[in-house]
Amino acid sequence: MIDVRGLTALAVADGVRVGKWRARDVVEPYLDRIAQLDGALGCYLRVDADGARRQADAVDAACKGGRDPGPLAGIPLGIKDIFCTRGVETTCASKILRGFVPPYESTVTARLGAAGAVALGKLNMDEFAMGSSTENSAFQPTRNPWSPAHVPGGSSGGSAAAVAASLCAGATGTDTGGSIRQPAALCGVVGVKPTYGRVSRYGVIAFASSLDHPGPFGRTVEDAAALLEVMSGLDPLDATSIPQPVGGYRQAARSGREGLAGVRLGVPQEYFQPGMDPEVETAVRAAIDELARAGAQIVPVSLPHTKYAIATYYLICTAEASSNLARYDGVRYGHRAEQVRSLEELYTHTRGEGFGAEPKRRIMLGAYVLRAGYYEAYYGKALRARRKIADDFSAAFAACDAIVTPTSPVPAFKFGERTADPLAMYLADVYTVAPDLAGIPALSQPCGLTRAGLPIGLQTIGPALGEEICFRVAGAFEARTDWHTRLPPEPAL
Amino acid sequence: MARIGPQEVLELASLARLQLTTEEVARMTDDLAAILDYVDALRTLDTTDVEPMTHAVPFDCPLRVDRVAPSLSAEEALANAPRRTESFFEVPRIVPVAGAPEDDT
Repeated sequence: MIDVRGLTALAVADGVRVGKWRARDVVEPYLDRIAQLDGALGCYLRVDADGARRQADAVDAACKGGRDPGPLAGIPLGIKDIFCTRGVETTCASKILRGFVPPYESTVTARLGAAGAVALGKLNMDEFAMGSSTENSAFQPTRNPWSPAHVPGGSSGGSAAAVAASLCAGATGTDTGGSIRQPAALCGVVGVKPTYGRVSRYGVIAFASSLDHPGPFGRTVEDAAALLEVMSGLDPLDATSIPQPVGGYRQAARSGREGLAGVRLGVPQEYFQPGMDPEVETAVRAAIDELARAGAQIVPVSLPHTKYAIATYYLICTAEASSNLARYDGVRYGHRAEQVRSLEELYTHTRGEGFGAEPKRRIMLGAYVLRAGYYEAYYGKALRARRKIADDFSAAFAACDAIVTPTSPVPAFKFGERTADPLAMYLADVYTVAPDLAGIPALSQPCGLTRAGLPIGLQTIGPALGEEICFRVAGAFEARTDWHTRLPPEPAL
Repeated sequence: MARIGPQEVLELASLARLQLTTEEVARMTDDLAAILDYVDALRTLDTTDVEPMTHAVPFDCPLRVDRVAPSLSAEEALANAPRRTESFFEVPRIVPVAGAPEDDT
């Protein structure tokens, strides 16, 4: 049996494509690992073993028949439970969608499948992607593989933890305020949020439509690049999808091995503020020194409106969420309240019973900021602040090619540590929300471990459609360090 | 300063079609007040003459060709409905039947 612990996605695809392994022989050990270890971690909400075997057999049949099995042949992926998967229950980790079996497939999962990837199952998350610890899942906690007392981050916490623990070779996620990069940082894996519109949102359950960015998780920079290349591209089913050609992300990641001569990297002082963990600061500054040794020129830049980013983000995302979540009414799918006396009661009881505390809080805040008389003071003001934040990046990119920062000001925190105070949880996203507001690409990769053994993430931010420079910088760092090869301890059974 | 009280929370909940318990109203009142205090920091930002940014990338609302294409069948669309009648989603009666007592289903 193949030992899949620490295996990279591209090692799987290479092995399957050259006939060294059958896809089925790779999928089975992952299914075994999930069966043995996921009880301790809680990454998966459901495993689709039959579906995974069917997809793997189709890849093997293609190979046997002399057909190209695709660039991602046989790669076992975990799918965040926000992606609609035809015939496989999709809940967004919410009771209000329990039992929902989508009649159609998201563009992202359809493209990954067409490229030969195998979907193992659906991964846990914060309910409706609202949260930074996966504690808001209506169904189960997910534990950080590096320390079971700590959260994996969120909202894509199941995705990050599953990749870290080798319960899949790669995963999908979505990032609205940091929900790919922050859990990637806290679990010691690579996570990428591309340019807005680069990856289709079709079939991705909507949270805040102008901010939702689907993207990949990988064990290495090139793994994430390979997944993003397949996920990206114009989709007629998403009106906000962009037509520009998809870049050569894998090639960019590999080119980083040749060094960073001629690359200017901006370091914003606003991302090194009091309140950040000293071990995080030390590791990230050491990473920036390593990038300088790789040939990059380090330049100070300023993003002066950073301090407004969290407030701006929460006004916009709650406004959009209150609108998007209006569709959950108990009529067409999901939970429906019983014993109601009117249509009005059907709505209010269904939603009161079905939504957890955080979606309720955001729906209410969104309703507040969109109210007649308040709209301009809150939502309108936030839309203007959003432009100032985006303009900061445009100005900075006149002086540098990419920006490097910590991904999160702190390593993984303990369960319950931030749940009592929603604002404390919101501030976990302080270094990740601004690229979402600006719609520009950003990547997190492991760059250290704390003395307690918790991962630390380095964030590289690029200009719009600058995924390639992010992959090149990250590839350079990865080629010169071994943080990406560190594995968490095996879960205690 | 209490900038939002339980009565306003109940009004918002009604607008948002959310039934909240008494405990939820109390907690929501505190949480919203704290969050609104925090976002007040935006008031110090001068946004005179700044165009609102509704979208991250230039977006011109592309139109697709108006062509009939396959879509979900009625059966597929209804497959997740918690209650259905024939090919319809079922909801509680909206219009009272003339001369009949209020339907309570």
